[in-house]
Amino acid sequence: MAKININRDKCKGCLICISFCPKGIIVLDENLNRKGIKPVKVKENEECLGCAMCAVMCPDCCIEVYK
Amino acid sequence: MKEKKILITGNEAIGEGAIQAGCTFYAGYPITPQNELTAYMAKRMPQGKRIFIQAESEVAAINMVYGAATTGVRAMTSSSSPGVSLKQEGISYLAGAQLPAVIVNIMRGGPGLGNIAPSQSDYFQATKGGGHGDYRNIVLAPSSVQEAYDFMFLAFDLADKYRNPAVILGDGMLGQMMEPLIASHKSQVTSHKDKKKSWALTGCQGRKPNIIRSLLLGEGALEELNLTLQKKYQVIQKKEQLWEDLFLDDAGIILVAYGSMARIAKSIVRQLRKQRKKIGLIRPISLWPFPNKIFQGISAKLKKTKFLVIEMSYGQMVEDVRLAINGKFRVEFLGRAGGGIPAPQQIIRKINSMH
Amino acid sequence: MEKLFSHPSSLRDVVTHYCPGCGHGIVHRLIAEVVDELEIREKVVAIAPVGCAVIAYDYWDFDCAEAAHGRAMAVATGIKRVRPETVVFTYQGDGDLAAIGTSETIHAANRGENITGIFVNNAVYGMTGGQMAPTTLIGQKTATTPHGREINLPGMHGYPLKISEMLAQLAAVRYVERVALFSPPEVNKAKKAIRLAFQNQIDNLGFSLIEVLSPCPTYWGMPPKKALDWTREVMAKEFTLGRIK
Repeated sequence: MAKININRDKCKGCLICISFCPKGIIVLDENLNRKGIKPVKVKENEECLGCAMCAVMCPDCCIEVYK
Repeated sequence: MKEKKILITGNEAIGEGAIQAGCTFYAGYPITPQNELTAYMAKRMPQGKRIFIQAESEVAAINMVYGAATTGVRAMTSSSSPGVSLKQEGISYLAGAQLPAVIVNIMRGGPGLGNIAPSQSDYFQATKGGGHGDYRNIVLAPSSVQEAYDFMFLAFDLADKYRNPAVILGDGMLGQMMEPLIASHKSQVTSHKDKKKSWALTGCQGRKPNIIRSLLLGEGALEELNLTLQKKYQVIQKKEQLWEDLFLDDAGIILVAYGSMARIAKSIVRQLRKQRKKIGLIRPISLWPFPNKIFQGISAKLKKTKFLVIEMSYGQMVEDVRLAINGKFRVEFLGRAGGGIPAPQQIIRKINSMH
Repeated sequence: MEKLFSHPSSLRDVVTHYCPGCGHGIVHRLIAEVVDELEIREKVVAIAPVGCAVIAYDYWDFDCAEAAHGRAMAVATGIKRVRPETVVFTYQGDGDLAAIGTSETIHAANRGENITGIFVNNAVYGMTGGQMAPTTLIGQKTATTPHGREINLPGMHGYPLKISEMLAQLAAVRYVERVALFSPPEVNKAKKAIRLAFQNQIDNLGFSLIEVLSPCPTYWGMPPKKALDWTREVMAKEFTLGRIK
């Protein structure tokens, strides 16, 4: 049982996390954030392994991981 | 307090004065004619846990001083003209970050590598800023070994009081000559309010982090800093003008000179007074703030009074004298530099031609 | 559920000015994590460079000084010598540390100053618009090498400068390691290296430098993930990863 929280307003949409998620549960959010950027969002948290690879690679410290 | 009289060079007196004034960090780089100061600091600073560093360049030295100053300690560097040119970047940053520090310039001939003869050709550089941006250094010009010592206390105090770089502007003659010195062991005189230097970088234990910076990108932020600086400079100009004057009450000719040049001027004034010639002297001590007050206070009754500015340069301080006098009196100039020093006979000839 | 990962308390919870995918954000976080773990936040004094990271003090929550371009190591020297109880580190880019500040860098290292240098190498001047850096790779196009960095005339731009290897030659240098950010294991290695570089200072062991190969997607003209891959496939071939000293 694990999950991630993404701070969508801090996200700059670099999409690095998407490339590193082994489960492919992070996707592009078509809705713009407050900065006018398309951030990422979690598709299905139930699949999350809590590996924190997304958070480790996030340049903007937008992701919190719970396990 | 026991006062001891010692025989010492100007360079060494500056070093000892700095130490007695509480200087705990010195960084320098060899350059003639101030090497005795660096050597003196190398010997004296480590006695008592003070720091001495021979830096890899003048640029590094001033930036080490900047670093030490960010922590709130009294820090200084010294050099001579070409080396002080290299320090201008760091001095501008000190001014912009409002950090107190003392910079000693034992001037030599320029421009370029010039020579090692005494000179006063860095007056503009010291008093008008020197580096980039709208800033001022507090500039003090000692004219004796005793003053070289005493002014270190004043320089550190003013630097701390105003959080501003202070420059001691001497020349090779002052640095090299030996004179008796009464080295009174005055404790640090700290008249400024913020003795604890609450802005200093010491690790943020028990407080919010401090930041020392001069980059201000926010809209209006840099203008605000500049206005703060200008306000500070106005206070300094009002409060910190220093000079010495002699025989102004009836003077027909007033000599104006600073530093080593003022000693020659003073001896001429005394000599000519013995011959009942009506001659006086103004010796600016603070070159910035320039002592405008004494010039503006010259009585209108002395309408026919003339000024003769004498410098070991081709005319730098004379511009400030003319600004202070603002056309009220005639101002003449005599200067030599690049190894030449205006000689007494030359000065007297000039005085005689002005009558 | 237990919180496994969130931003370190020494890093302020603000949006940085860095471009999407910029490596600075990761390095800032790693430093903050190390500062938290070593419990030195109240002892740290950071020196920010001139370059993209000039306002790093807006992101870290500890004492920080700005330095003139290239002079961070001299400023750090001044601070550490008079306040040996503080933990002083410089954060510098390739232009700052290895071009304009080469002299300050080499001599601080050679004196064995007990400080920590974090050297972010992204092979380009970022803040000024992507000009050639001392670490720009041969053939790499930048604003000032429009035909790519070339060894021969007419460009004669010289070779990528390996300052970490140069510093490792110096007797007084304690520790030099080159790390990268292109994968989670590499980021973890980078953090370990940064931690050791701080621990060395705490243990009074002298000068440590960590060079981080870091992506600059904007001036490399690549999407962020591709820029990360480029650090692995191209940069790390020229700048060998691992402990140098």
